[in-house]
Amino acid sequence: MSHIRYLLSLTLITLASFTTFANADTVTVYSARNEQLLKPILDRYSKETGTEIKLLTANEGALLARLNAEGASTPADLLITVDAGNLWLAAQQGQLRALNSSVLQKNTPAHLRDPDNQWFGLSVRARTIVYSKSAVRPAELSTYEDLAQPKWKGKLCLRTSKKVYNQSLIAMMITELGEAKTEEIVRGWVANLVTTPFPDDTSLLRAIAAGQCQVGIVNTYYLGRILVKEPDFPAGLFWANQNGSGTHVNVSGAGITKHAKNPAGAQKLIEYLSMETAQSFYVDEDLEFPANPKVKPNSIIKDWGSFKPNLLNVAKAGELQATATKLMDRAGYK
Amino acid sequence: MLAFSGKPAWSVLWLSLPTVVPLLVVLGSWFNPQPEVWAHLNEFVLPAVIKNSLLMALGVALMVGVLGVGLAWLTAVCEFPGRRWFAWALVLPLALPGYVLASVMVGLFDFSGPVQTALRAWLGPVTLPPIRSMTGAVIVFGLVLYPYVYLLARQAFITQGKRSLEAAQTLGMPRWLAFFRVALPMSRPWWAAGITLALMEMLADFGTVAIFNVDTFTTAIYKAWLALFNLPVASQLASLLAFAVLLLVWLEQRAIAQRRYAASTIDARMERLQLTGYSAWGASAVCAVVLLLAFLIPLFQLTVWSLAVIRHDWDARYWGFIGHSLMLSSLSALVVVAMGLWLSYSQRQHPGPITRWCVRISTLGYALPGMLLSVGLFIPIAWLDRQLYPLWQGWGIDPAPVLKGTLLVMLLALAARFLAVGFEPMQAAMQRITTNQQQAAQSLGLGRWQVLQKLYLPLLRSGWLGASLLVFVEVMKEMPITLMTRPFGWDTLAVRVYEMSAEGMWDRAALPSLCIVLVGLLPVLLLIRKTER
Repeated sequence: MSHIRYLLSLTLITLASFTTFANADTVTVYSARNEQLLKPILDRYSKETGTEIKLLTANEGALLARLNAEGASTPADLLITVDAGNLWLAAQQGQLRALNSSVLQKNTPAHLRDPDNQWFGLSVRARTIVYSKSAVRPAELSTYEDLAQPKWKGKLCLRTSKKVYNQSLIAMMITELGEAKTEEIVRGWVANLVTTPFPDDTSLLRAIAAGQCQVGIVNTYYLGRILVKEPDFPAGLFWANQNGSGTHVNVSGAGITKHAKNPAGAQKLIEYLSMETAQSFYVDEDLEFPANPKVKPNSIIKDWGSFKPNLLNVAKAGELQATATKLMDRAGYK
Repeated sequence: MLAFSGKPAWSVLWLSLPTVVPLLVVLGSWFNPQPEVWAHLNEFVLPAVIKNSLLMALGVALMVGVLGVGLAWLTAVCEFPGRRWFAWALVLPLALPGYVLASVMVGLFDFSGPVQTALRAWLGPVTLPPIRSMTGAVIVFGLVLYPYVYLLARQAFITQGKRSLEAAQTLGMPRWLAFFRVALPMSRPWWAAGITLALMEMLADFGTVAIFNVDTFTTAIYKAWLALFNLPVASQLASLLAFAVLLLVWLEQRAIAQRRYAASTIDARMERLQLTGYSAWGASAVCAVVLLLAFLIPLFQLTVWSLAVIRHDWDARYWGFIGHSLMLSSLSALVVVAMGLWLSYSQRQHPGPITRWCVRISTLGYALPGMLLSVGLFIPIAWLDRQLYPLWQGWGIDPAPVLKGTLLVMLLALAARFLAVGFEPMQAAMQRITTNQQQAAQSLGLGRWQVLQKLYLPLLRSGWLGASLLVFVEVMKEMPITLMTRPFGWDTLAVRVYEMSAEGMWDRAALPSLCIVLVGLLPVLLLIRKTER
């Protein structure tokens, strides 16, 4: 039986060599924020502090499922993800822990963090109206609700309802307008659609430029990315609902996991990300808005002027995400 | 006598574990009824997605069937200009992931794409039928998945032997009629296996249909999980999908089981049917158009996009991505093909119902959405890890997770997902080995291992070569399982594509996509050298 024992020990050695050994100076990050947007600032942090960062990226659903299955034995210290809905869900499933940090309280406005301090917004993403500069005058535009009016029939384009950004937008509308009114608006949108909803905001913007649609709703940084390469891109940006409660905003953010092995190290990292020095780095790569109000946005963004954001707490987006999804199903928004 | 006994093969039970465990986790969800979400889905979601899935299945089956069998017949039986070249080139689209072809096609043919823009500049306001539609999705699936049918059907036609076709001709049947009356029915296990694989892949797909915004049953599974936050309902839906596929496989096998497909003489080579004039050039043109649409145009587009970003995006890490992809694909191919071989061999030796059902169930992983399959495997393994946790601590070892977060889990999940791909080509090739051959080998006093080694392995060569190619390429393209179960630092090319495409940056995703295609081409070329005669 000696060869069996040999095989067994070989297997154990192989397994052990793949095993991760945590040390005090390591912070393990699970991230649903794109690697190329995150890695530069994490590398910088490692360089400045000597802390090793282990990064695992995947989509939100997979990361949360992994956290849930791993339970107490998870290697993750910090969860970074886009959309408050995902952060809300992680907290709801008991994957995060409350964090009392005066630095974060100071750097993150109240509506961009969890009321129970389990997660904190690090960058702000505004979802607003874009229009074809050749077909629409900005004066014709006003609110998200207005896009349901018959005057936009055959002119409106939307991204798929399967994207969490739209689920969050609808969730916020439900909070303000109630379900019945919101459903009526979404039905109006669907009636006005030019074509089947797009898989991403970039192709929607391209369709506006090509003249297929005249108005749409996108996250601003998608337009920003195009403008960096094509300054004459013929789509304009309009800040929605400025006379009402403000433009819908969402966050990318982070929270410390409940079973973190190095919570102190994770706290230092998340505090670092919220500070002025890191913020411009964190948001500029993607042309988002900084969460820290003291930091000025990138110059491309400045051209769009300042706007009034909706101050409802972004946690609402998570709470009502399932309700919003069902509403869009009922209204036939694919 | 050992062989052909009705006793079940217990080893098959073990091999089916990686699939059975996640299936049980998925089935366990039924203990957690969710009437409220089901009421919503029943009223507003399921009718449409079931209709879509059925229509797509029909369309894709037709398209891969016609393309795969037709092209295989042309290149295996006929002679026309460029035939030798097309015979292997038509396998190439296999290396292209469905979601990549979809994004290229939509990029080219949507309203804002270059084709329609040029048409508008030339002819004024004209619009083509929308590419982001079910028709568009069926076309893309057809172009990506036909090589399954093509590879398998071609094997059938090459090994079919000329006697049966000659017999048909002496009975006065013209060659084209002989194709429908003799060649097609006689090659049924092969092309049916190919179509089954194509349908399973299509049904479990999420990425490709998302680009077309066509909602299928799998879209509903992901909606229940990620938008309605309800993993139990997602699992319940997935188990229904698996059941539907099981039914499909069972029906197909029942139809085949009543016949025998052994060739009379394997080495009776056929003389090729010389096509002349229009039909010869027509055949070349058909092959060229398919190759152009399914491979050359997308390859060209990917290259153009890649060149625009390569200076900014390419760095030394890419060698790591390529290395990981290669290693993962080769390891999986090895594991899966060994498992597939053992399954089909066991089924041969123990043709009882228990073995047969074990085999059927163990190949169902291909019809489960990858993310759900990995969750189904991850939960029990993480549980096992938690049980081992005190043990490791007792030994003074740092209680880091030992099982999960290792390659082992990823390999198990990939094996569970792609076992069908390793099994089907083997099973089809198995049809060509007669019971006489087996009995002759045994009467010479060869044992079970020796029969496998001396008789089956050489005769099944086309089967396991094809299977390893398919698994290798599939793992190279695989995204959800790799994303979810990979250990730290095991980023592959597909992970890179995910990173880049997650935010709709398809042009930047082109570079890793192109790498997938080029690296995936290696085994295709290798296989062609081995099998082309």
